[in-house]
Amino acid sequence: MVMRIDCKGLYYRKQNKIIRNAAEEGETEFILDNANGQRYIGSGISKKIKITVNGVPGNDLAMFMNGPTIIVNANAQDGVANTMNAGELIVHGSAGDVIGYGMRGGKLYVQGNVGYRAGIHAKEYKKQVPIIIAGGVAGDFCGEYMAGGILVLLGLNRSEGEPIAGNYLGTGMHGGVIYIRGEVDEYTLGKEVSVLPLDSKDMKVLTKHLKEYCGHFGLDLDEIMAEPFIKLQPVSSRPYGSLYAY
Amino acid sequence: MHFTDRVVPEHKLCVACQRCVTYCPEHAITVTKNELAYKENANWSPELRKNILKQAETGGILLVGMGNPRDYPILWDHLLIDACQVTNPSIDPLREPMELRTFLGRKPDRLEFVERDDGEIDLATEIEPQVRLDVPVIFGAMSYGAVSLNVHRSLVMAAARSGTLMNTGEGGLHRELYPYAGNVIVQVASGRFGVHSEYLNTSAMVEIKIGQGAKPGIGGHLPGEKVDEDISKTRMIPVGSDAISPAPHHDIYSIEDLSQLIYAIKEATDYEKPVSVKISAVHNVAAIASGIVRAGADVVTIDGFRGGTGAAPMVIRDNVGIPIELALAAVDQRLRDEGIRNNASIICAGGIRSSGDMAKAIALGADAVVIGTAALVAMGCRICQKCYTGNCAWGIATQRPELVRRLDPQVGSARLSNLLTAWSLELKEILGSLGVNSIESLRGSRERLRGVGLDSQTLELLGVKPAGVGQ
Repeated sequence: MVMRIDCKGLYYRKQNKIIRNAAEEGETEFILDNANGQRYIGSGISKKIKITVNGVPGNDLAMFMNGPTIIVNANAQDGVANTMNAGELIVHGSAGDVIGYGMRGGKLYVQGNVGYRAGIHAKEYKKQVPIIIAGGVAGDFCGEYMAGGILVLLGLNRSEGEPIAGNYLGTGMHGGVIYIRGEVDEYTLGKEVSVLPLDSKDMKVLTKHLKEYCGHFGLDLDEIMAEPFIKLQPVSSRPYGSLYAY
Repeated sequence: MHFTDRVVPEHKLCVACQRCVTYCPEHAITVTKNELAYKENANWSPELRKNILKQAETGGILLVGMGNPRDYPILWDHLLIDACQVTNPSIDPLREPMELRTFLGRKPDRLEFVERDDGEIDLATEIEPQVRLDVPVIFGAMSYGAVSLNVHRSLVMAAARSGTLMNTGEGGLHRELYPYAGNVIVQVASGRFGVHSEYLNTSAMVEIKIGQGAKPGIGGHLPGEKVDEDISKTRMIPVGSDAISPAPHHDIYSIEDLSQLIYAIKEATDYEKPVSVKISAVHNVAAIASGIVRAGADVVTIDGFRGGTGAAPMVIRDNVGIPIELALAAVDQRLRDEGIRNNASIICAGGIRSSGDMAKAIALGADAVVIGTAALVAMGCRICQKCYTGNCAWGIATQRPELVRRLDPQVGSARLSNLLTAWSLELKEILGSLGVNSIESLRGSRERLRGVGLDSQTLELLGVKPAGVGQ
């Protein structure tokens, strides 16, 4: 059974309560029509439910989420996948600022651009590795403080000369990896990261995730893989180790 | 020391942890001040000279542990409590009941009732979630990582026994302690270590850490050496990597953003738990606290500039922030003036050393107080201030197994509970002498305090009359 909720004029607190209660009672699929800025959709839910959002969801979509799949058929706003633990988020549009903050598991696939501070302080633990892929470009402070996880920027549909990422890329990064399809200017990089070529292991990881990504958005994997990628990795897992006098 | 045919102490390495003094079976050891000091100079203290030498060698930020040790005025010691004489009777707490129970959380603006068909009266107002404390003392936020698991075990067991709460700090909650959920405040800090929906729901209350009294406005680094297998699992980061808490939460750049996080937590916990916001006591603390309450926090925790830390840059700890006494008085007054004092409880942290300090804090407007350093001292800490080295001789601020095992959680928790029992008895004595039988009657009752040796502006800020002035 699919539960359809008309979100027009529906307060987020009531809407999320309906979803939580129905999920608790065994409902597995939800379609939210006319979503218009309702916050915290999917927040804190630990069941393997599927939510399709027709319309623009509000901030903190999928915050603390732990299992569900959410498909957004529009743009998403700020704080998508904030401190998310597990599950899958597919945004058929662009997403706002601070996406995937402190994310430690699950997948976040954005078709278009992402705002400032994407993937900030994402982390990983053993096999639990968060994956963020954005098809377009990212704003400043992308991957700042990143402690783990995989962040991919594809830079598709860019206008001529538009940079793929903003300034302070990977500042304070001390774990994880960023793959970028194209080049970045040296001056935009944080001093804690270095640019490396991809090895065969990287290509395997990248191909695996991009294959899935392309499946969601009807893109051609070979076409995407035809352009060269670069890899950004932290110089040290202890960037501030020598900052202090003991 | 090194053992040859006789024991030769290495004075240079002594941090005055007093462990050897305490455990010497013959009571043969004393620790005395090192007389081989620098030439005396009232301006250039030996510490200043040592610090400069250390920085000249390393080029690094000076790191310190514990709270601000400098000689700033301690206003608690300039406040005195009233007592009853002749005109109204004092109460003997040994024979009459004294109410110390405190409920933390948002209180309604007004209560509404409905009459049932059978004539009974029911409460119609929906009450927001409340946490009950049997004693108005909470253990301060000290993260697993900064302190050992045996410290967390001791704190949580004591909190359960004494009917109060411990605070996980920002390093997550070890799985072993999940059964104690009802006595735990789980913290959400900028690093979001170990934060997931199950963690948020394994608690009596959730706290958003914005600031810490010992290091207002800056983040924290747990050095990679301290991140062992167990800590890595609890924080959910790889073994040996630095655990870096950025200075701000990167999803909070305004009061509106704070509100968004408060309600994100409420959504994830189904509105069943109060949410606290902890800030350092800084110049504009009253206005900030007002914003926090209006953002939807159920509890505001204010941490004064004497609050403790496992590691902080010395220059920040010793020079930034304001005293908790003034911050508390300013916040309580501001919330009253704005008519929103009932919307949130106030927890006072950073510098509570005794039941006397606690009683004065409650009279200045606190709903409950926090003890961190006092709790550590109860477990053995001698305030040697070397927490940041990871070599704590008392098994507290360390992860080295041979040191951690020195703190037995059974003993530690019993000592903590004893401390809370003692302070409860003392608080009851104070209430009795004031002629009141409930902590509610002391809360925010500044008329029962008098200041001694304070200038008129400080008295005004504290809302307290000078000693010698009657009613």
